[in-house]
Amino acid sequence: MAAIELSDVRKTYPGGFEAVKGISLPIRDGEFVVLVGPSGCGKSTLLRMIAGLERITSGTVKIANRVVNNLEPMQRDIAMVFQNYALYPHMTVFQNLAYGLKNRGMAKSEIDIRVDEVARILEIEPYLARKPRALSGGQRQRVAMGRAIVREPAAFLFDEPLSNLDAKLRIQMRGEIKQLQKRLGTTSVYVTHDQLEAMTLADRLVVLNTGEIEQIGTPLDIYRRPATTFVAAFIGSPAMNLVKAHRRSGAAVFGDASLPMADDIASGMEVTVGVRPEDLTVAGTKDALRLTLKIAYVEELGATRLVHGTVDGQNLVASVPVDCPLGETLEVHAEPSALHFFDPQTGRRLN
Amino acid sequence: MVENRPWLNIFSHIVLILGVLTVAFPVYLAFIASTHGPDDFMSGVMPVLPGPHLIDNYWQMLSQGVSTSGAPPLWRMMFNSLVMALMIAVGKIAISILSAFAMVYFRFPLRGVAFWLIFITLMLPVEVRIMPTFKVVADLHLLNSYAGLSIPLIASATATFLFRQFFLTVPDELTEASRVDGATPMMFFRDILLPLSRTNIAALFVILFIYGWNQYLWPLLITTDPQYYTVVMGIKRMADVADAIPQWNVVMATVILAMLPPVVVVVAMQRLFVKGLVETEK
Repeated sequence: MAAIELSDVRKTYPGGFEAVKGISLPIRDGEFVVLVGPSGCGKSTLLRMIAGLERITSGTVKIANRVVNNLEPMQRDIAMVFQNYALYPHMTVFQNLAYGLKNRGMAKSEIDIRVDEVARILEIEPYLARKPRALSGGQRQRVAMGRAIVREPAAFLFDEPLSNLDAKLRIQMRGEIKQLQKRLGTTSVYVTHDQLEAMTLADRLVVLNTGEIEQIGTPLDIYRRPATTFVAAFIGSPAMNLVKAHRRSGAAVFGDASLPMADDIASGMEVTVGVRPEDLTVAGTKDALRLTLKIAYVEELGATRLVHGTVDGQNLVASVPVDCPLGETLEVHAEPSALHFFDPQTGRRLN
Repeated sequence: MVENRPWLNIFSHIVLILGVLTVAFPVYLAFIASTHGPDDFMSGVMPVLPGPHLIDNYWQMLSQGVSTSGAPPLWRMMFNSLVMALMIAVGKIAISILSAFAMVYFRFPLRGVAFWLIFITLMLPVEVRIMPTFKVVADLHLLNSYAGLSIPLIASATATFLFRQFFLTVPDELTEASRVDGATPMMFFRDILLPLSRTNIAALFVILFIYGWNQYLWPLLITTDPQYYTVVMGIKRMADVADAIPQWNVVMATVILAMLPPVVVVVAMQRLFVKGLVETEK
């Protein structure tokens, strides 16, 4: 168990492509940090630099207060779970789990004890003598986890470990990973492109875009106060509505609605207004803002209903209860406190 | 696809049977010839039914050989062939798997040059480079030795490419997982790459064993000492006698015996062989 500290870490590939552009991130001991972002945002590269599978162009990576830039993966005392599990196909589950321990010169009796212990935790005891090919996807996933746990490393690194599983299993394994990490208390860095996975697992969420950190915070912080339009659109499903509004004194005007907005927070003539679909409600208080949504189509989700429509030519989605009557148009309300204002040029949050 | 065309069935079976006969009949004739006495071929008509001398002929070959053609007893030649074929097969596999490992998993200066040099040897079989190769082997005093028989044939690249293609299909994550597990490159090679290449090695062994066993021109050139004759060149020497009629019965007995080891290798390793050619285990 150990803290990890990244300071100004950069990765430039030969050919000049800069995948990671100076990331500084302290990770506390025992913390579960999730790196999330769209593909190509540098999240996997960053993880692989922590693991020691990718050279660090500049900056330092510290694990347990030790600079590990030039150490081999094993000397860094980390364990990694790969997307396609990367189990050794010719070895049995037992041998897969034991391989890392064997390479460290551990005594055979102790290896047996450790592997049995881990197999018990993960409930893979019946499969110890099988080859990976004879296991289902979920069981392979467990073995891959087991291979990481059995080493008792300073940190776990997860590289999209659940993306090869079907939806149901993914949710189940997600829960198990979370519980396991809490129980073992091992510092973990988890990479995913799935914002829901990120929200549910993270103690702290790091949203990455084009090699830079967009925002760091707890999942709820990020959900409630996204720092940029990128984060606003990326975190949350269905995605936050972002519409353009014109400035007037003391307000931003959007369609026939006037949104109260303090004058001093922005200078331009336009402003991007964000509002989450679930914050667009059918009933509202008297302060609430009223919008008339021209319905384009409706998606039924069972518990709620997603109404896609336009206001003033701009697309909006509202998440409403299924019992709400639908016509050509729908009147929705948004509380002023649920509105997010962003600078249309920089994408930065204004309020 | 369900097909019910009886004429097509009959036709394809006739073609297949003809094919089998074309291949099998000469072998049958060779076997028949090896069961007759030395005088049965004088008339120029090949007998097609077995004769009474089966045991005599094989015993003569195995114990004494044909002294007139200067050939040692057959068991000696068989042994030489076996040593040569095994050395070629094992040596080639060892060299090519290691060079493929180096080319796929390491970045080193002149890697491209090394790759192309190996590639070029593909285009230069022994027969093309036979003069310079003979000179080198002669200068190294390797004439009439097992080393001289096998080393020049080991040095070529065919197998390197087979392994290279296979290694390229091994997922990178396996390499990375083994690094995280603390394996050095050679440990990765020994613990992961070698076991995964098992079927490829078997397939290659079969091919190379037969390649080595069937070598003719090279052993003919570099061996003058009967102690190092191989069986394939021995057959030629026996058939090629001056001022006499070749003893076809014993020549054919030799042919049949010379055919056996490759057949045994193929039959014994058939399962692995086919697996190695058609599928990659992952």
